[in-house]
Amino acid sequence: MDIKKGQGRFIFFCLAPAVILFIVFLIIPTIDVFRMSTYKWGGYTDDKTFVGLQNFTKLFHSDKFYQSFQNSLLLIIVVTIVTFAFALVFASMLSREKLKGQDLLRIIFYIPNILSVVVISAIFSAIYDPNSGLLNAFLNLFRGATSDSTLWLGDQKIVIFSLAGAMIWQAIGYYMVMYMASMANIPESLYESAELEGAGRMHQFFTITIPLIWTNIRTTLTFFVISTINMSFLFVVAMTGGGPDGATEVFLSYMYKEAYTNSSYGYGMAIGVIVFLFSFALAAILNAVTKREHLEY
Amino acid sequence: MKNNKLTHHGVSDKVYKGFIYVVLIALAIIIIVPVAWAFMASVKQDIEFYGNPWALPKGFYLENFVNAWQKAKMGSYMLNSVIVTVIALALLLVIALPAAYVLARYKFKGSVILNMMFMAGLFINVNYIVVPIFLMLNNGDKIVRSFLGHPIFLNNLFILALVYAAMALPFTVYLLAGYFKSLPREFEEAASVDGAGYFRTMVQIIMPMAKPSIVTVILFNFLSFWNEYIISMTLLTKPGLRTLPVGLMNLMAAQKSAVQYGQMYAGLVIVMLPTLILYILVQKKLTQGMTMGGLKG
Repeated sequence: MDIKKGQGRFIFFCLAPAVILFIVFLIIPTIDVFRMSTYKWGGYTDDKTFVGLQNFTKLFHSDKFYQSFQNSLLLIIVVTIVTFAFALVFASMLSREKLKGQDLLRIIFYIPNILSVVVISAIFSAIYDPNSGLLNAFLNLFRGATSDSTLWLGDQKIVIFSLAGAMIWQAIGYYMVMYMASMANIPESLYESAELEGAGRMHQFFTITIPLIWTNIRTTLTFFVISTINMSFLFVVAMTGGGPDGATEVFLSYMYKEAYTNSSYGYGMAIGVIVFLFSFALAAILNAVTKREHLEY
Repeated sequence: MKNNKLTHHGVSDKVYKGFIYVVLIALAIIIIVPVAWAFMASVKQDIEFYGNPWALPKGFYLENFVNAWQKAKMGSYMLNSVIVTVIALALLLVIALPAAYVLARYKFKGSVILNMMFMAGLFINVNYIVVPIFLMLNNGDKIVRSFLGHPIFLNNLFILALVYAAMALPFTVYLLAGYFKSLPREFEEAASVDGAGYFRTMVQIIMPMAKPSIVTVILFNFLSFWNEYIISMTLLTKPGLRTLPVGLMNLMAAQKSAVQYGQMYAGLVIVMLPTLILYILVQKKLTQGMTMGGLKG
């Protein structure tokens, strides 16, 4: 009886701090996002009025929201496809062939992952600088210095792709390491027997490598959606501020601007709710579409 | 004639291997050059930035670092970052370790629900809830102000550290609990026979065994706390309290009006140098830990 009582006390004191912290800083704010989205609450007053779904109807009539939606979707598609394709192919090259300096290469590829997004943004702002930037100076070698310099971050049509470039640069190593880890589990004998049957590298890649790491690929697809939504926010805050003229405004940067900078808390939280539901739905759709029979090896 | 086919195969093999080297080294260069260039730019004089950006620096103009450290206050921001990171890591370990241990090894009323709650926390992202957290702390300040006469929640490095620790809780508990689950029961049974209480068993027997997992937790969270800026810029509005990445963001903005490239790149190097040094020291652990934990958040 005494032992039991001591155990209960022990469990309580071990868990209490974590549970309190979790509830105060994660659960309550999350509930707040949903609750506040049904209120009209702005400016510096404490006046909150319940408006039901009015924030949402306002949202669906806002051009700015559609612009941020479009930009986010474009980034999700471009960043996912490019990063996914390159990371997968490079990972299979690195893990299938015995190369000198393999470890060094892996170390280098992972470097962007340990840098702050502010640092990456500062570096890429310098690369994209129209006059003293690395990229234009490099391109001028081919097109001649007299031609007009490209405004990588100033041209509304280009800037979203410049942003995507920085994001891909940041993400590629992370996914490579991830794919390499699961490729390392594929037994070598499968490749050997495929080789004996005369299957080429391409064939092996599509019939052995991809099917056997399919579970891992599905997981990363969900990661891509969620992390592109989050990372694009970080990059936009540090690099473009949503400009020029909203050309790089993404979901969460629009939310932050409305909720924090503009103090339209209710409206901002409504954006948050929509983005959350959208990312959830997109992840679920991707998951359903990519469902295959599980392969054992 | 007979081994014609064989040699042909050998040649194409070599060509393919060469091709792989070229592609992988090209990627390595694309990753390394921007980072190396930033280091180079940090020792250039401002006037050198008007020339070819690919040119090597004419000398080591270390004055940039002095300016960044003193004039741009990166020195005191560094101190803020160190304080926040150290406190956040300490809080996280003290709170997460006992919680993860109890969740992994004890069955009690509500243990299933608590386990599920922390798992669900993995899906909550900071970017969505940062504004509700700000509002909650702001409201707290309004109440406190009527008692103490001054606010205590916003613009407080300790509170920022506490929020960081809370944000890192779900993933840290998930990772540590995974490890604790893998330990055999006999450890606790033996300790109990020897008359050690619950607390002593945990601190003196289980914790030392968890050292490798604890190191992984520290590494990942050091990087994420050190590099974080969205929560930091939202909760710390006083310029004197900025953390390093937020300070760097300010340097980037200032650089647009007054041309002080050198100082900005020196600031950038100051932000990324600690993470790079750490990475070089422990890179194996980091890439292994990543594949162990699956995702980083």
